[in-house]
Amino acid sequence: MLDARLVKRRDAFALDVAFEAPAGGTTVVVGESGAGKTSVLRLLAGLDRLDDGNVTLDGVPYADVASGLHVPAWQRDIGYVAQDHSLFPHLSVYENVAFGLRAGGTAARRIQQMVDEALGLVGIPELAGRMPRRLSGGQQQRAALARALVLGPRVLLLDEPLSSLDIQTRRVVRVELRGLLQRLPCVTIYVTHSPIEALVFGDRVVVLDNGRVAQAGSREELLRHPRSPFVAELIGTNLFIGRAGQWGSAAAGSIRTPEGTVAIEESSGPGTVYLTVSPREIMLSRTLPEGSPQNVFAGTVLELIPEAPGGERVRVVLDTKPALVAEVTPEAVTALGLHEGVQVYAAFKATGVHRYT
Amino acid sequence: MALRALALVLGALLVLLLGLPLLSLLLRIPSGDLVARLRDPLILQALRLSLLTSFAATVIVATLGLPVAYLLATGEFRGKRVLEAFIDLPMVLPPTVAGVALLTAFGRTGLAGQALSALGITLPFTTLGVVVAQAFVAAPFFVGAARAGFAEVDRKYLDAAATLRAAPGYTFLRVLVPLAAPSLFAGAAMSWARALGEFGATITFAGNMPGVTQTMPLAVYLALQSDLDAAVALSVLLLLVSLTVLLSIRLTPSRLAALAARARRAPR
Repeated sequence: MLDARLVKRRDAFALDVAFEAPAGGTTVVVGESGAGKTSVLRLLAGLDRLDDGNVTLDGVPYADVASGLHVPAWQRDIGYVAQDHSLFPHLSVYENVAFGLRAGGTAARRIQQMVDEALGLVGIPELAGRMPRRLSGGQQQRAALARALVLGPRVLLLDEPLSSLDIQTRRVVRVELRGLLQRLPCVTIYVTHSPIEALVFGDRVVVLDNGRVAQAGSREELLRHPRSPFVAELIGTNLFIGRAGQWGSAAAGSIRTPEGTVAIEESSGPGTVYLTVSPREIMLSRTLPEGSPQNVFAGTVLELIPEAPGGERVRVVLDTKPALVAEVTPEAVTALGLHEGVQVYAAFKATGVHRYT
Repeated sequence: MALRALALVLGALLVLLLGLPLLSLLLRIPSGDLVARLRDPLILQALRLSLLTSFAATVIVATLGLPVAYLLATGEFRGKRVLEAFIDLPMVLPPTVAGVALLTAFGRTGLAGQALSALGITLPFTTLGVVVAQAFVAAPFFVGAARAGFAEVDRKYLDAAATLRAAPGYTFLRVLVPLAAPSLFAGAAMSWARALGEFGATITFAGNMPGVTQTMPLAVYLALQSDLDAAVALSVLLLLVSLTVLLSIRLTPSRLAALAARARRAPR
């Protein structure tokens, strides 16, 4: 179990996060660039010093600002694979992987066997004699992983491991890496800006927003119960945070948010209520819809974003209050004549609202 | 266009200024007996002494200069600027002034000279004195190049080494030095060439005794007094040595790196 509270201030940026990461699972730290993801890893590894807080691994402190403790990086049982892999350019793949073993004084006769095992584990035994500059991005990625894993670290830190790979390689490596990480007994911290990777790799997910933890929990918890607009945007759903009955006139079966009222199926108890509406539940029309939908909001189209991979769906960002994102087919876009600035009505049924507290 | 023509003329003049003396030196090679002259025991003695002392000076400069260069490249501390200027000083100091300074320091009555002679070590007018004079003037060349070389090495490799449990000393020897090797090699070659050509500080501090302190440049100067042909022969020899060093700096680092890489391949 890795237990950390990390505080680091740098000019206008301030990082202040606390989280736990259990052994034998992958904890993904996800956030936009500049959210402080790499800072988190560098502080855990001991490459940078904390301004405040502590890092504790299985009850043993690595850093504790209160008592002035800072175990230097090279004395920590933590492996770190940097975003650009940082393979030593003057050493072959074999020597790169052997580097940590030699530095730590492993018996020479054991080194060959351990390096061979590590290269086998990541699937590149045939590249032992290659120099790093003659490796593809994916091969460098594997070599760097082998170099960290050969030391059997109790914590493995991965900084955007897939970001430097081309899309095709990424898909292959993602599947393999997922399998590999599931077999590792250590604490794995995986940093990424990609919500997809966060959901694929993260047994637990820590969402970082501007130096703070926006939400932390299991993958399922995050998907089902996003608790901040940032997390909702990350997983691509509409989130409303409001209260029932607090604003007096709200009828039973409705939730008032600061931006508008949303009708729901049943009345809700007191306290903060979270509502999500899938973008696919939202219907768009150019004229005021008639019939069953209880929730209708008017607004203009801000943006049309074709969804990967092939643009089979289009995300329509609206400036309604509350702000909504709808997901429609390209045919609907054409039929409705949607483009930026067009006035539309967005409607969804009360049954399409997912409610939790 | 006029500016371009002017630049061309100025450039040509500079090339002429640098090239003409060298060319005429080569044209003055005494016919036939160059090799015979170089067999002169006095010349051989001077050559041997020059190679010995310049090599020793380079080893000393590299050994003492490596940590300083590392400190200057990676550290931030009070007095860094002063230290930089201080180390560069021998480069601009007239060599004879350096010689006088060395005498006042290491002479019989000098600051350190008295302590050294108590230990039975004498520097002035000895071969060891030649080495010290050469090291004094050659040091900035190595420190400057090594410092630049260290500064060029991306910190990410040092970070990577630290996360692979390498102690700072191990990282220095196995990552920083190999990655800065081309610069270290160039710096060593430059300071070796500077030591080889040393004249002013040597003759002031160590004198001009054949076999003991008379290095090649001193022998050239002496030969000039009596025998121009001998002076030319020696000069050509020194010119060839200098050219070889310069060319090897320009051409070899990448090839050396390739060779080293091949040598480091995994044994299988």
